[in-house]
Amino acid sequence: MSKQERPKIPRQKMPEQERILRRSNFKEVALGFTEELAVKEANRCLQCKKPTCVSGCPIGVLIPQFIHALRRGDMPSAISIMKIKNNLPAICGRVCPQEGQCEGRCILGKKGEPVAIGRLERYVGDYELAHRVCPLVRQKDTGKKIAVVGSGPSGITCAVDLSRNGHSVTIFESLHVPGGVLIYGIPEFRLPKEIVNSEINYAVECLNIKILTDHIIGRTITLDEILSEYDAVFIGTGAGLPSFINIPGINYKGVMSANEFLTRVNLMKAYLFPEYDTPVRIGNRIAVIGAGNVAMDSARCSLRLQTIFGQKAEVHIIYRRSRDEVPSRKEEFHHAEEEGVIFDFLTNPVEILGDAEGNVRGIRCIRMKLEEPDSSGRRKPVPIEGSEFEIEADIVIMALGTSPNPLIFINSGNLQRTKHGTAVADIETGRTTRERVWAGGDIVTGAATVISAMGAGKRTAADIHRFLMEENSKN
Amino acid sequence: MYKIIRKEILSDTIKLMVVEAPHVVRKAEPGQFVIVRINETGERIPLTIADYDREQGTITIVFQEVGKSTKHLGTLQPGDEISTVAGPLGHPTEIQKYGTIICAAGGVGIAPMYPIARALKNAGNTVISIIGVRSRDFLFWEDKMRYVSDELVVCTDDGSYGRKGVVTEPLKELLASRRIARVWAIGPGVMMKFVSLSTRDFNVPTMVSLNTIMVDGTGMCGGCRVLLNDGAKFVCTDGPEFDAHKVDWDNLLSRYQIYKKEEILSFETWKHKCSSDTDCHCEGKR
Ligand SMILES: Cc1cc2nc3c(=O)[nH]c(=O)nc-3n(C[C@H](O)[C@H](O)[C@H](O)COP(=O)(O)OP(=O)(O)OC[C@H]3O[C@@H](n4cnc5c(N)ncnc54)[C@H](O)[C@@H]3O)c2cc1C
Ligand SMILES: Cc1cc2nc3c(=O)[nH]c(=O)nc-3n(C[C@H](O)[C@H](O)[C@H](O)COP(=O)(O)OP(=O)(O)OC[C@H]3O[C@@H](n4cnc5c(N)ncnc54)[C@H](O)[C@@H]3O)c2cc1C
Ligand code: SF4
Ligand code: SF4
Ligand code: FES
Repeated sequence: MSKQERPKIPRQKMPEQERILRRSNFKEVALGFTEELAVKEANRCLQCKKPTCVSGCPIGVLIPQFIHALRRGDMPSAISIMKIKNNLPAICGRVCPQEGQCEGRCILGKKGEPVAIGRLERYVGDYELAHRVCPLVRQKDTGKKIAVVGSGPSGITCAVDLSRNGHSVTIFESLHVPGGVLIYGIPEFRLPKEIVNSEINYAVECLNIKILTDHIIGRTITLDEILSEYDAVFIGTGAGLPSFINIPGINYKGVMSANEFLTRVNLMKAYLFPEYDTPVRIGNRIAVIGAGNVAMDSARCSLRLQTIFGQKAEVHIIYRRSRDEVPSRKEEFHHAEEEGVIFDFLTNPVEILGDAEGNVRGIRCIRMKLEEPDSSGRRKPVPIEGSEFEIEADIVIMALGTSPNPLIFINSGNLQRTKHGTAVADIETGRTTRERVWAGGDIVTGAATVISAMGAGKRTAADIHRFLMEENSKN
Repeated sequence: MYKIIRKEILSDTIKLMVVEAPHVVRKAEPGQFVIVRINETGERIPLTIADYDREQGTITIVFQEVGKSTKHLGTLQPGDEISTVAGPLGHPTEIQKYGTIICAAGGVGIAPMYPIARALKNAGNTVISIIGVRSRDFLFWEDKMRYVSDELVVCTDDGSYGRKGVVTEPLKELLASRRIARVWAIGPGVMMKFVSLSTRDFNVPTMVSLNTIMVDGTGMCGGCRVLLNDGAKFVCTDGPEFDAHKVDWDNLLSRYQIYKKEEILSFETWKHKCSSDTDCHCEGKR
């Protein structure tokens, strides 16, 4: 095929579960490429000498190389190439905000549509999950013991890399299952839990990683105590503390944080209530405040729950900026609109309203307008005076961003944190202000992305390994 | 998995269990709680650590059967295993020498009060305990409470034992006649509310252990939030003990009802499932 022909192939569409049907279940929406579609899409790639796509990927996946192997039908090579940089392609392929990363920089995107790198990555990842062609192996035992706190993408990635280098790794997790946001936050219809579990089990079985659930560091054991038993500690406890806007009425019944709502739904499987014991409150009119991934997930779960439990289905997303500023992944925004979520843009809540029994009945909002862009290019939303109005709602879900949970800082010595509550750590090495303690992922950056957390886990594992080996050679 | 070592029936609806949880027991202190999940389909419920044995690696929980989870837990036997025991959670009680203090406990609240009263006694306080139950049949741990108290008053709503009436009556008499440095109250929300109103009149600092609905117990969901007069707080990480005089009681009491409908459905479903299961000894069978 010639260089001219390749861009003429249209970007391949992802097979999806039908729009109306998917509102009544929690099954995956995007069904994945078939082999035929994958090869067709792979054929669009120009195999650039200087691939700009790679510079858009936070961990530098060898994109043209894996695509090349894929289109030759050499899956074992595609997987091996992928795994040089990325342990969890089945996950990243599904949840990376590709339009702002790899695909956003693909040369084809200049004139037409970029190569669907994420979908190809997912195809490779799913193939690996089904066939396990790339076994993880452990180097000779180094005799070093490492504690990893938190089992989200940063912790898992760090643990896997360290264990491959022959260190013995124990992960401490406060919840009853490992996986972090991948398990408790991101819903089944976007990232099936089977995939996360399978990745974690595989790592545990092949690499002897030990996972201790129900261990809340700061309470069950403190960092000081862990340090007396382990040679090094990685902290990847994420940013799991919800925030509530400071407006009147947040404690009416029916107001919850997106974290509570999603934890009930995903971790505790409230969509299977009463087969599972944990319920979640739903209503006929659900309002979600915010428009990031967390808000989209809350809104789409809400629609599904309303359908499953036979309620009237009406879900609003209330966002103070406009359509152009929506911060979620493009695909999630698109799916939410397609499924019927109603968007109230340029709208800001000022008060939550309740009835005599203390239940939510609505939100008083104000219309916003965007100012001219400031020096940073951001357009600040400002309220339009006298434009207040009410939106009816019996459930209000606040998806307004999260910050790090402070429990880890209890008895943690000179482990410093910033005024935003994040841990102070070197971005490149993950080193914190405390000796033998590293940190990475959302606990350092604040709420970010799966891939940036993985990247941090990887870089930090490399630094921990270097540190321990240098220490060894000194002795 | 955490094994149940011993089970004791304290009253018709109140049961005690000693559970293996070596990771929790190392740091457990009075006033703290654990999150328990019975099995894969179970919900996470908070229960106070009523006692602990560091050598044996066990904790004691005492619970009142009020709905699906606690009734289901009540059907388990020694040797059975529980899927989740996470903790210890929450801040321990601030134990100091205050002087003469009152521990007011209502119903199943006697259990979490016991280790607190014991620790306060050991710290050199003069401990006056008032325990209140519906009737004689609901009374447990009278002897244990007596042992850690300098004085003990028992009240029953129906007068079947001790003094007839609610705990606030002897409490008010004590507040009027003695110099009381501090009061602790643990029990049903309404009871704590009225204790709080009583002590406020006498300006005596009062601590209450709040029991809101929880999910994770680690500060992650915010479902446990309570309104204090200086803002919202999370009971699991900021509490569970708070200054009673700051609490918005009506909001707290109203929030207990959030899942009323679902709780009933959950229990009915479980009962139904159990009545068709031949190996089960739960309420549904009886
Ligand atoms: C609903 C939702 C949707 C999202 N969607 C996307 C998306 O589509 N794409 C994307 O790239 N990103 C998305 N994100 C962001 C992404 O999930 C996070 O940036 C990423 O998971 C951070 O990884 P982490 O390893 O730093 O922490 P986490 O995934 O938060 O994991 C931290 C773990 O540490 C545990 N922990 C916390 N404190 C303690 C303690 N004291 N002791 C022991 N364990 C502890 C927690 O229980 C948790 O399991 C989403 C986030 C949410 C909430
Ligand atoms: C920090 C803390 C410590 C606790 N310690 C103990 C303890 O040591 N022993 C004990 O018996 N209970 C304790 N509780 C209360 C216990 O968690 C609940 O009784 C339990 O979750 C009920 O679950 P269920 O499924 O059996 O009942 P559900 O079906 O959930 O509820 C049945 C009834 O109880 C009410 N209810 C539900 N949850 C609560 C709650 N948290 N507080 C008050 N009423 C509630 C409901 O409104 C409903 O009417 C504690 C709660 C907290 C927050
Ligand atoms: S890891 Fe994410 S950003 Fe990198 S290539 Fe894969 S999908 Fe793109
Ligand atoms: S920039 Fe696009 S076309 Fe070029 S190598 Fe990357 S994916 Fe292929
Ligand atoms: S129970 Fe979730 S924050 Fe307290």
